[in-house]
Formats: sequence, C-alpha cells, structure tokens
Amino acid sequence: MNWSHFFAMGGYAVYVWSAYGLAALILILNVYLPLAHRKTVRRRLREFLQLKEQIR
Amino acid sequence: MHKYASPKFFYSLAGQLTPWLAALTAVLLLAGLYFGLFVAPPDYQQGESYRIMFIHVPAAWMSMFVYVLMAGAGAVALVWNIKLAEMFAACCAPIGASFTFLALVTGSLWGKPMWGAWWAWDARLTSELILFFLYIGYMALQASIDDPRRAARASAILALVGVVNIPVIHFSVNWWNTLHQPASVSRMGAPTIAPIMLVPLLLMALAFTIYFFTVVLMRMRNEILERERHTGWVAEMLNSES
Repeated sequence: MNWSHFFAMGGYAVYVWSAYGLAALILILNVYLPLAHRKTVRRRLREFLQLKEQIR
Repeated sequence: MHKYASPKFFYSLAGQLTPWLAALTAVLLLAGLYFGLFVAPPDYQQGESYRIMFIHVPAAWMSMFVYVLMAGAGAVALVWNIKLAEMFAACCAPIGASFTFLALVTGSLWGKPMWGAWWAWDARLTSELILFFLYIGYMALQASIDDPRRAARASAILALVGVVNIPVIHFSVNWWNTLHQPASVSRMGAPTIAPIMLVPLLLMALAFTIYFFTVVLMRMRNEILERERHTGWVAEMLNSES
C-alpha cells in the first residue's frame, strides 16, 4: 500500500490526524494519571502509618 | 453481594481484573483502528474526513454512558449508603469529562471541513457542551467539600439533576432542526450506515467501553487506599509488601 497516500487522508490529514492524536493523548493520560497517583498515595500512606506507629 | 461491596475484597478483585481488561482494550482498539483506517472505504460524500467518526461517535456515546453510570452510582450511594458506589461515581467524573472533551474537539475537527465552521450554537453541540460543564461542576463541588461522604451526597444530587440533559443530547437532532446530522446507528429500524463502516465503529465503541472500566478500576483502587487508610487491612497490606 501507498503510505504517503494513506497519511494524506484525501486532503483531510490535518483534521483526521489531529482527532486521532488527541484521542491517543487522552487515552494515554487516563492511564498515566492513576498510575502516577498510585505512587503518591502509597508513599503518603506509608508516611501516615509510620507516624501512627510513632505516636502509639 | 455484601462481600463484593466490601472495599477490601473489591480492591483485590479490581487488581486482578485490570490486566485482562487492559489486554482486551488493546485488542479491540487495534482491530477497530485496522478496520477503520485500512479496511473501510472512503465515504462517497465526505471522502476520508468521515474517519473522524470512529473516534467522535464512541467518545460522544461514552460521555453520556459514563454520566448515566455516575448519576446512577450516586443515587445508589444516596439510598443505600454504599461507600464503593460513592467512590465509583467520584472516579467516573474525570474520565467522563475527558470523553466529553474528546467528543467536542473531534466534532469541531470534523465540522470545520464539512460544515465550514469549528463551532455552531446547534442544539446537539450546545447540550454536549453543557454536559462538559456538568462534569466540571461535579468535580469542583466534590473538591470543595472536605468530608468525603458529604461531598459524595452533594455531588450525587448535582449529577442526578443533570441527568435531564442526557435525553436532551440524544433527541436534540430530532427535536430541533439542527446542523448536526441525525443518528444513523441508534435509531428505530436498521442502521443507515454501511456494515463495512459500522463494524469499526462498534469495535471502537466496545474498545472505549472496556477501556473506561479498566481506568475507572485503576482510579478506584487509589480511592479505596486513601479512604480506607485507617483500617487494618490497608496497613497490613502495605507492611507485608515492604
């Protein structure tokens, strides 16, 4: 198949690929954010539990 | 039933489910992209630009589906006081908002070449924009109340009031004479879309649905850890890991 023809999208390349690009960005972001947040939550929880131990 | 609603049980269940759901999402997404970008022929009126539909329509469907789930979970939490339902509703909001944003922007990217305008105050577009603001309002309200249970109750009421917007979005193309084209899949009788274009559309819609459940479970696991931090099982689990 002809790739440059494929990427040209019949002259609508800017619109089509912007739409697919934004979709990819949003799908990746919704996976990345909870993964990053998970790290923060677990670190904060460890600190919280250590503090509780010290007070006891 | 009670066992499934316990945060501890749900936390481990969600952890076991997410890898499978993620794999299923990947398979469906690849199949949908393959059929949508390589197999389906160009549209006889819109040429290649119609391929935006394979993103735009599933995103728009999800924006409404997630909202209904969020409001439904909010109602369940209000009536039966189930903590997991509260957490589910709270985790739906940012994901639903991002689907709504995607539907609005891809609609704009499709509207410009086809209608000649990025935006029009058309009934469908305006009601979808209101949906976006409902999600934002929901998240703002949730963030503004410190006590998670009170936050859940207040935002559930907001979500339930906003549900009236969902049929407005769905029927807007029939009720008003609008720029936005009428439904071609979810209508009475057979869809008016060619099967070769319907297949990738449904694959993408299914991929987005499974994707939503994957990421909402990931968010819920974080939410459970934060809200259950005073319980013994969270401490035990963290201690046994380190």
